Amino acid sequence: MSKGVAITGMGIISAIGNNVAENYQSLIEGRKGISRVSKIKTNHVNDIMVGEIAFTNEELIAQIGLNPDNSFTRTALLGCLAAKEAVNNAGIDNITAYNTGLISSTSVGGMDMTEQYYYESFENEAVQKYIESHHAGDSTQKIAQQLGIDKSLVTTISTACSSAANAIMLGARLIKSGELDRVVVGGADCLSKFTINGFKTLMILSDTYNTPFDENRKGLNLGEAAAYLVLESDAIVQKENKAVLAYVKGYGNANDAFHQTASSENGDGATLAMQKALKVAGYTPENIDYINAHGTATGNNDLSEGRAIIRVFEDRVPDFSSTKAYTGHTLAAAGAIEAVYSILALQNDVIYPNLNFKTQMKEFDIRPQLEVKKKTLNAVMSNSFGFGGNCSTVIFSKES
Amino acid sequence: MKKVYINSIASISAQKTFDQAEFLTDLIDHEAIVIPVVNPNYKAFIPPAAARRMAKGIKMSIVASKMAVQEAGLEQVDAIITGTGMGCLRDSEKFLSNLIDNDEQYLTPTSFIQSTHNTVGGQVALELKCKGYNFTYVHSSNSFESALLDAKLQLASGEEDDILVGGIDEIGDHTFKLQELVGHVKREAVKTSELLKSKTSGAVFGEGANFFVLSNKKQASSYAELIAVKMFNTLPKISVPETATAFLANNGFSAEDIDLVVLGYNGDVDYDSCYDVLSHELFNDTQQAYYKHLSGEFNTASSFGFWLASKVLKLQSLPEVVKLNDIKSSGFKTVLLYNQYRGENHSFTLLKTC
Repeated sequence: MSKGVAITGMGIISAIGNNVAENYQSLIEGRKGISRVSKIKTNHVNDIMVGEIAFTNEELIAQIGLNPDNSFTRTALLGCLAAKEAVNNAGIDNITAYNTGLISSTSVGGMDMTEQYYYESFENEAVQKYIESHHAGDSTQKIAQQLGIDKSLVTTISTACSSAANAIMLGARLIKSGELDRVVVGGADCLSKFTINGFKTLMILSDTYNTPFDENRKGLNLGEAAAYLVLESDAIVQKENKAVLAYVKGYGNANDAFHQTASSENGDGATLAMQKALKVAGYTPENIDYINAHGTATGNNDLSEGRAIIRVFEDRVPDFSSTKAYTGHTLAAAGAIEAVYSILALQNDVIYPNLNFKTQMKEFDIRPQLEVKKKTLNAVMSNSFGFGGNCSTVIFSKES
Repeated sequence: MKKVYINSIASISAQKTFDQAEFLTDLIDHEAIVIPVVNPNYKAFIPPAAARRMAKGIKMSIVASKMAVQEAGLEQVDAIITGTGMGCLRDSEKFLSNLIDNDEQYLTPTSFIQSTHNTVGGQVALELKCKGYNFTYVHSSNSFESALLDAKLQLASGEEDDILVGGIDEIGDHTFKLQELVGHVKREAVKTSELLKSKTSGAVFGEGANFFVLSNKKQASSYAELIAVKMFNTLPKISVPETATAFLANNGFSAEDIDLVVLGYNGDVDYDSCYDVLSHELFNDTQQAYYKHLSGEFNTASSFGFWLASKVLKLQSLPEVVKLNDIKSSGFKTVLLYNQYRGENHSFTLLKTC
């Protein structure tokens, strides 16, 4: 049994950077990665903005060093790149030295290829290789293979926009229970026509830059990203004298049980998730120095989340901001990229500004952090909420 | 660490398993390459207006989950953990084909909303008004086992006391055709009773929803104790027996302790050898059973195997139709399940009477 869950490595690729260092630079410089979509041919190109990663699939394939004739979807490619950075960052040269697992998450899976070859597969044998890349577990199996994780516990979570937070949560539980000594956790999602059109039908896509927690917010920007953390047991950290980036201190998961896609007005599920996470951490609300909010910039989320934050923290709401204005909403990967941002915040004692905010919401008087703020941080809370009522909160801390 | 019990079971499958009083007595000998579930009386569980809007996977799951919660004598569960390889596939296909066929026009949100993998988990939570922990695993043939492991960890540690666990997958026409294209489906219809005699490539596909209440409290309705579950993303065929031995040893058992081994044979000559190796090398003198001829193959078909093993342990009888060899155990105390799909995502699950 491991009491602490140490984070010893992290990796990320998003619209604001191809690795951890680039992402951090963009965050503190207030540089967003939102643009018109260029890699997907859609009729909605002028109606929406997205957080797209600059690399083409071919460039990603070359960087990972794959045979050009592979069956990797974009989700798998992004996942491999970020997961490899995380494992390198953790200084792991022999992945099989300890009982190591992989918990990944995705919502899109191989939809990018499926939607391209939906009918063509019946006529063109060359694209049939992507048929087996469609299911959500495929990218995870490929990432495991690329990391050299075999004969091990490898699984995938899909709980919409809370997926990666749940992967971190399961990973922490597997370390604490002794089921694994080390686990790579995170998520990957690429942009697809399927999700663009899906969110379009829900009428929650902004036609301009998303504005979290702003009174006049118009909806979200979709994004693509992947991020992974390496979690290790106390025993490995001691034995290898490892540098620890931060700890997974608490986690909570609850269901809003209100509506298949919308959040309840008072954020019941979100409130429960935050309260559970505080309990697991052994914290009171005062222990939280910064909240990296889910803050998708939809009318529904920001109101519901804001109210939930007030229910949990009452009149002592800590500094909070949403980083969705930088990256867009990266769906299943969101909980993982925001975990990386939360850990960077702890490491650098810095709070990122909530970009694009102009007008205070009228329903409450809490206001996100608008400038870069230097402040000693000991614990950061990260929220991720999704369709299906799935609400998740993870707390990261400097000390175990 | 608390012990973990299976306190109720419910199965919607290609056989008439929704009648809890029966145990594979009135069999349907399908002759097909894909076998849909026998629909229960959905109206008894879901108002017809609501049922019309629901995907089949959701309907099956709501019925099975309500049956499971009821049999466990509960009003509410602490958590809902589901596994599904493909989610609500028909809605994904519907949304995607409309999108492509109509060039991104005239789309409505319903099928998109139902296409997300966690739709079933979310809908069951809505139906039960359960605000507790809610997870969905989507890892091919280890989707259900991931849910089992998660539930087991939380029940053993006492974090939760009663968890609803389910495995769900539905057949989707387009995906099925794609699977046919790459030879994962048998080319010719095979009778349920003759699946293992086919000696051809591919499987007979199926669908189903199997739900269970797992608890750390034993009660009169309890079926079995869940001792352990372990998954492997890869496992070379030759390592299957030694891995099974190590799994048993880690849990204080040996091959001789096993009264019944339940194997995931699906009649695919290219991959059934994984089961052959295990049954020949380790369990030659042990009674063996299989079940995918009854359920069809799907990512969470192993949840039907879990249903079967639970029922065998409670009733202490093994239906003729699932017997794989002539060996007869004097009783069923300890059961080992082994499953994999196309050589990947292997799992071992160990159950014992309670």
